[in-house]
Amino acid sequence: MSSKPDIYTTKRRGRITNMLFTSACFLATMTCIFLLVLLIWNIIIQGKGWLSWEFIERLPSRFPDKAGIKTALWGSIWLISLTAMFSVPLGVGAALYLEEYAPRSRWRKLIQLNIANLAGVPSIVYGILGLGLFVRALQLERSVLSGALTLTLVVLPIIILASQEALRAVPDSIRRSAYALGATRWQTVWYQVLPASLPGIMTGVILSLSRALGEAAPLIAVGAMAYVPFVPERLTDEFTALPIQIFIWTSRPQEDFHHLAAAGILVLLVVLVSMNAIAIFVRHKYGKKIRW
Amino acid sequence: MASTPSVKKHMQSSDKTTSDHSKSPIVRPSIPEGKSMRTADELAQATEKISVTDLSFYYSENRALTDISLSIPERCVTAFIGPSGCGKSTFLRCFNRMNDMIEGTRVEGEILLEGQNIYSPRTDIVSLRKRIGMVFQKSTPFPKSIFDNVSFGPKIAGIRRKKDLFEIVERSLQRSALWDEVKDRLSESALNLSGGQQQRLCIARALANDPDILLMDEPASALDPASTARIEDLIFELKEQYTIVIVTHNMQQAARVSDQAAFFYQGLLVESGATEELFTNPRKQQTEDYITGRFG
Ligand SMILES: Nc1ncnc2c1ncn2[C@@H]1O[C@H](COP(=O)(O)OP(=O)(O)OP(=O)(O)O)[C@@H](O)[C@H]1O
Ligand SMILES: [Mg+2]
Repeated sequence: MSSKPDIYTTKRRGRITNMLFTSACFLATMTCIFLLVLLIWNIIIQGKGWLSWEFIERLPSRFPDKAGIKTALWGSIWLISLTAMFSVPLGVGAALYLEEYAPRSRWRKLIQLNIANLAGVPSIVYGILGLGLFVRALQLERSVLSGALTLTLVVLPIIILASQEALRAVPDSIRRSAYALGATRWQTVWYQVLPASLPGIMTGVILSLSRALGEAAPLIAVGAMAYVPFVPERLTDEFTALPIQIFIWTSRPQEDFHHLAAAGILVLLVVLVSMNAIAIFVRHKYGKKIRW
Repeated sequence: MASTPSVKKHMQSSDKTTSDHSKSPIVRPSIPEGKSMRTADELAQATEKISVTDLSFYYSENRALTDISLSIPERCVTAFIGPSGCGKSTFLRCFNRMNDMIEGTRVEGEILLEGQNIYSPRTDIVSLRKRIGMVFQKSTPFPKSIFDNVSFGPKIAGIRRKKDLFEIVERSLQRSALWDEVKDRLSESALNLSGGQQQRLCIARALANDPDILLMDEPASALDPASTARIEDLIFELKEQYTIVIVTHNMQQAARVSDQAAFFYQGLLVESGATEELFTNPRKQQTEDYITGRFG
């Protein structure tokens, strides 16, 4: 007979390979989900009894049953707000320059390579840089400002890369159409390219800020480990942050502090999940309108 | 493939010496009856809107256009025809200097718009592009509402009042024969429109700038016959007010809509003239071969 395949019979080998590959992928997914659920379950069990309104309202204390997370939560809110204020305009601006303005030269390639490398530098290195630059050289001391500037260093390369990606996803036909209608470069970027890439940029920004929220190492390097019994009110005030408070509690020998740490992690997770939810919402709301 | 050598021979001989119509039945694009096509005399009398002199164009070292000279009459439709890659789009983009955006390009010669050289260092590209609208081959609406698409040009030109913008949008959409289809959903995304509607939207968007000249690069190449017919009717109406230059691969279309036609081959302008004449009695053998579909 001819060598044409019969449409009703699959080759046996193909079928087995297919099955094996599907099961392997399924197994990998399940392993990840299982580990994640286990982790969160463990934390919920540990922190359950300790998570309460008072826990969020109280200042830190040497006594576990009086200790709260207020200063750390507010410290983190300060840090993230300031970091966003510094890193978003800088990062999006740099991405706009690199994608829309910079001539395609070797110089640009070099900068691009550097940014990609900076995004991979461990955050503790930025912490040490922040200690030398902001805390010592600029004499900002162990202030929220120092902390936020250091976190800005950490997230800046990521925000630049994510924004560049979003800008690159805007088809050139949009730019050409705008120019053909007599738009200047600024008008093209401001009225067409930027709005079209906004969902992508927002997602990148929120994801990198979530990362900043969980960073402890660079903050410890700039000296945020001190006992701070008050909520920062000025840029120059000392501060503590959620991941640092959690770290301090877990390193205590008493069992009760470990429960406190678990409760702190839950608070951190809630903040993180809400930030990611915003990212998804933005993507969904504005992304739907844009199809190329 | 017995005919190939003879086609080659034809293409080498530049001037047509013998007319051998009797040898092979030639299918010429028919010139439609009753349409108000400008005759050769009328064309000769029309005011010159754009004058191109010895224009050469280079993509880095590659010359894409060689010594092109052409006169484009006002309120007429000029069609650029020629095989793929011959430089029609490149030439079209020279008129509104869209080629400036491609790095490493170079222009020699001049293009005069009402006597002013558009390649003069004093030219303001932004105002030039406002006077010379362009419609691209693939419709490219902005991912915004229909209203925002059409009002973009006037908005960046400084018109802010909603009432003025609305008037312009309505007028432009009416001129591009789209108003009746979209008047109830101006705030909907332009991406929900059909291909033909999107193309008319892009025409409206260009018209909203109130240009003198409309450049169209294969505006109907992705459309069905009905939408194509609408666009062609539209071109016919628009030429009463605008000077139109259109690139097309469709000989029938060129014959239907244009008053003047220019045939390009490998970056050279082989022949140009009144469409009626160019299609019924081409002077060059290459032109004849192309319009009768024997090569290209
Ligand atoms: N951006 C560019 N960079 C370099 N060369 C180009 C560029 N655009 C076009 N060319 C070259 O210039 C020549 C003319 O191209 P052009 O697009 O003007 O042809 P065309 O007549 O419009 O063809 P088509 O009918 O297929 O659209 C081609 O050889 C093409 O390869
Ligand atoms: Mg083309």
